[in-house]
Amino acid sequence: MIAMAALQGFDSLMSGDTVVAQNIAFGILAVVMIVAALRMVTTGNVVHAALYLVIVLAGVAGIFILLGAEFVGVTQVLVYIGAIVVLFLFGIMLTRGALGEDEEADTEKRRMAVLVGVLVLVVTGGAVLDSFGDAAVNRAAPSLTAEIGDTIFSQYIVPFEAVSVLLLAALIGAIVVARKD
Amino acid sequence: MLLNQFLLLAAALFAIGVYGVLARRNGVLVLMSIELILNSVNINLVAFSAVSATVGGEIFALFIIAVAAAEVGVGLAMVLLLYRNRRSIDLTEIDQLRG
Amino acid sequence: MTDLLTLAATTATGLPLGITEGGAWLLRNAWLIPALPALSFVGILFFGKRMPRGGSELGIALVGIAFVLSLLTAAAWIDHRDNFEGEEVHRAVAVAEGHGDASGEHADEGHAPGHPSLAVHNTITWFELNDVTFTVGTLVDGPAVMMLVVVTLVSLLVHVYSTEYVAGDRRYTHFFAFLSLFSASMLLLVVSENTLQLLVSWELVGVCSFVLIGHWWEEKPNSDAALKAFLTNRVGDMGLIVGVTILFFTVGSALPGQFGSFSIAETNALAGAGRLSHTALLVASCCLMAAVMSKSGQFLLHTWLPDAMAGPTPVSALIHAATMVVAGVFMIARMYGVFFEGFSIGGSSINLMALIGGITTLIGACLAFVQRDIKKVLAYSTISQLGYMVMALGVGAWTAALFHLFTHAFFKACLFLGSGSAAHAVHSFDMKSDMGGLRKAMPHTYRTFVIGSIALAGLPPLAGFWSKDEILVGTGGWGLFGGTGGNGAYTFMLIMGVITAALTAAYMTRCIYLTFFGEFRGHGNPHESGPRIIVPLWILAGLAIVAGLLNLPKGFPLVPESLQERFGHFVEPVAAYFPGISHGTPSWSLAIASTLVVLSGIGLAGWYYFIKVEAASKAAGRSLTELPDGLTTRYPLAKMGHTFLVQKYYLDHLYTDIIAGGTKGPVAAAAYKVDQDVIDGAVNAVGENAVKAGNLVYHRFDQPVVDGLVNASGRASSGAGWELRRIQTGKVQDYAAILFAAAMVLAGILIVIV
Repeated sequence: MIAMAALQGFDSLMSGDTVVAQNIAFGILAVVMIVAALRMVTTGNVVHAALYLVIVLAGVAGIFILLGAEFVGVTQVLVYIGAIVVLFLFGIMLTRGALGEDEEADTEKRRMAVLVGVLVLVVTGGAVLDSFGDAAVNRAAPSLTAEIGDTIFSQYIVPFEAVSVLLLAALIGAIVVARKD
Repeated sequence: MLLNQFLLLAAALFAIGVYGVLARRNGVLVLMSIELILNSVNINLVAFSAVSATVGGEIFALFIIAVAAAEVGVGLAMVLLLYRNRRSIDLTEIDQLRG
Repeated sequence: MTDLLTLAATTATGLPLGITEGGAWLLRNAWLIPALPALSFVGILFFGKRMPRGGSELGIALVGIAFVLSLLTAAAWIDHRDNFEGEEVHRAVAVAEGHGDASGEHADEGHAPGHPSLAVHNTITWFELNDVTFTVGTLVDGPAVMMLVVVTLVSLLVHVYSTEYVAGDRRYTHFFAFLSLFSASMLLLVVSENTLQLLVSWELVGVCSFVLIGHWWEEKPNSDAALKAFLTNRVGDMGLIVGVTILFFTVGSALPGQFGSFSIAETNALAGAGRLSHTALLVASCCLMAAVMSKSGQFLLHTWLPDAMAGPTPVSALIHAATMVVAGVFMIARMYGVFFEGFSIGGSSINLMALIGGITTLIGACLAFVQRDIKKVLAYSTISQLGYMVMALGVGAWTAALFHLFTHAFFKACLFLGSGSAAHAVHSFDMKSDMGGLRKAMPHTYRTFVIGSIALAGLPPLAGFWSKDEILVGTGGWGLFGGTGGNGAYTFMLIMGVITAALTAAYMTRCIYLTFFGEFRGHGNPHESGPRIIVPLWILAGLAIVAGLLNLPKGFPLVPESLQERFGHFVEPVAAYFPGISHGTPSWSLAIASTLVVLSGIGLAGWYYFIKVEAASKAAGRSLTELPDGLTTRYPLAKMGHTFLVQKYYLDHLYTDIIAGGTKGPVAAAAYKVDQDVIDGAVNAVGENAVKAGNLVYHRFDQPVVDGLVNASGRASSGAGWELRRIQTGKVQDYAAILFAAAMVLAGILIVIV
């Protein structure tokens, strides 16, 4: 699959230095991410899984920057790697019975999961290839953070407020669910 | 760069995430796999945003990051509750709805 | 932009400075008054426990300052009102002809040349969203100033009273913090400039009420009562939200280039000028009425208010008698342009508001008769009096309603605090088993309670008489006998009002007898409460005596005209946002008749308790609370009526058992019954006949041919069931796998087809 993506990328390899650099960066990122993601879902050690998740998330941030979405990339690093992964590590520590080697799922279950995963990959990949033949990403300049801010606080103000209420609700909900009484 | 590169990478991550959700027994690992799925969707959104040269997709990616933060908070709270009540976060042991 | 034009004119026309200058500042900065208790809330919350008196001193000090500021604001308002008497009349006319735009901003834009409103508007932009500007601010006019004074005064007295009443309580600091928060929210409500702000403060007072009712939440009934109050209020609050939303868009449709508006003045003015659709106003009025029904304990949603007496008595006095429960009444008064048009109050036909008010006043008064708990008597009395106010608003007697609100706040707070004082001494609220004969032990409580009762019953010259009589005049039903009506003849409302007056007098007589006369029936040795309880009682009793004189009717003999109808003069807004109500003409015959009715109520109850029960007590040798062979024991019909009242018209049963329990209990049971009797019966009948017919066919055709097929299909479905059962593993991941796989298969089909 990656080979396929890379092959398609190689068509435009010759069109300029930047593009070449971008494609090389993408290829490295993609390979690292997929390997890390696969290790994450197969490793027996929970803490290792969290660290592999960090690699994937950092890769995603790299992809964002490659796509010119600097602000989203930085947010990704701050929120995901800075906060969410730390939260996961705390979760792992608090459920310490599960720390260390995690016995693998039974084979029947894994077979089912592999089957469904491959099905997902085939269908979504097929749909993607079918729909976006050779649309190219040719961004002249990265998107401006100021523009994102303007758009959030005008056009998307209602979803923004809704998200803030959601965060509050999640905050209260998490406290209510997890508190001891 | 082609749009397909990013979409296929996202599809691969999505599929791996689905595998993780279905195959892992540890509740925390399942939550991590869900994060993987959410991230693959974010890649799609940002890629489309880059193709259409608007910031809408990026903004929704930001919203998803916020929602994911909320989801992890509540999800981990549930896992903790589960652990406190059953001394285990093995999802295969929770089958009280068995038919 | 936000400053008031009229105030600018005040200085420009060279009126004496001094109070005008300072007064203008006060009127413009009325937000300070709610801000002070809010500050006190924060202060008590964070530092209360470290203060020598647990935070109460901070609350008293800041509410005291707020009270002084309110008085000064009232003085400024009086000055402001009087100095514009001559001018604003023709201004109001000019606006009624032009467009009903009363907000300062639009006047600035050259819409209305003369500012129509005496009200002092001060708004700032909260936030803007595309074309809609959300503002916060204060609208200070007569009713707002009146409420500011009432709320701060009662709140201050209750704060002082509470220092003794809840002394030593484990959540003493917490109690004062929420008392302050409540005061702040209520004050914010009365100065609200727009409906959104009104809604916010409306919810805030609801929350405070919830917290304070459940102050002693360790006991189940208290937390239940708090929940009941909160949930019942939620029902009405939905009405408020919907009503406010409807009004927002309705106003928007009437103003070109504007999406909507929350401004109270604007909404009322447009409604009054007939620029808004009558249907929208009617629907909005009905929705807002639901909010009034819950907050002000009107019939159908009143059931929470008696239960709310589970809270500490000062809370009952402040929140559930004097201030929060009148929020509904105040809201009607605030949005009167909307209600006036929506319900066509000027049209003399019986409308929803008058009807609900009338029913509430009557049923509340009836329920007050059968209560054992002294606070519940007062609670039902409050419901009844709130019904009086709503009824008055429903018949167009706006000023009378607000005047009654004003006087009621004092005498009802006095009664509540008095009942708390008595209960504090005997450690119980039960009049029948734990009170009686407190007259000698608690002379101050006794006297103030009697003064409050007389004021409530409405005997001249105490406060209740004047306000009650004005409402009766306002119904216009007395037109036959000299006085003329206000907004048409609401004879039905007049009758309900008069009956309630008699009932009120009677149940208060009963209450006084049971509490203060006869012999003491409780345990221990009751003694008078301390000065921090007595002094507020006497202040409120004093106000209960004199407050009525503020609004002597026009044409009252021996009183200079400048002292007649002062309350109406200062409180009733003269502004485009206030509808043109007409005032009833007071009549001597009605006043005398209603006084006679009250006296007959007192006389009947007095005869029963002070003569018959007293004699029976002597004969029985112990203090009785009712005749051993009274009506209810002798006549089954009377007994039924009594039970009906004791069960509170079975409304609580309706709500908890039928409506709330319906989803799980009775409806399910009913469905089961239908299932058993009707469907099963039919099925059985069909089955029996089928068996007979079947037996015939059975041996010929069925057994060899059909049975084979049926058995085969049965085995197939059974087998499929067994197989499918394996899917229901109860494990979330298996379900997720099925979900993903199915979604992908469906997506794949979609892709292939499309």
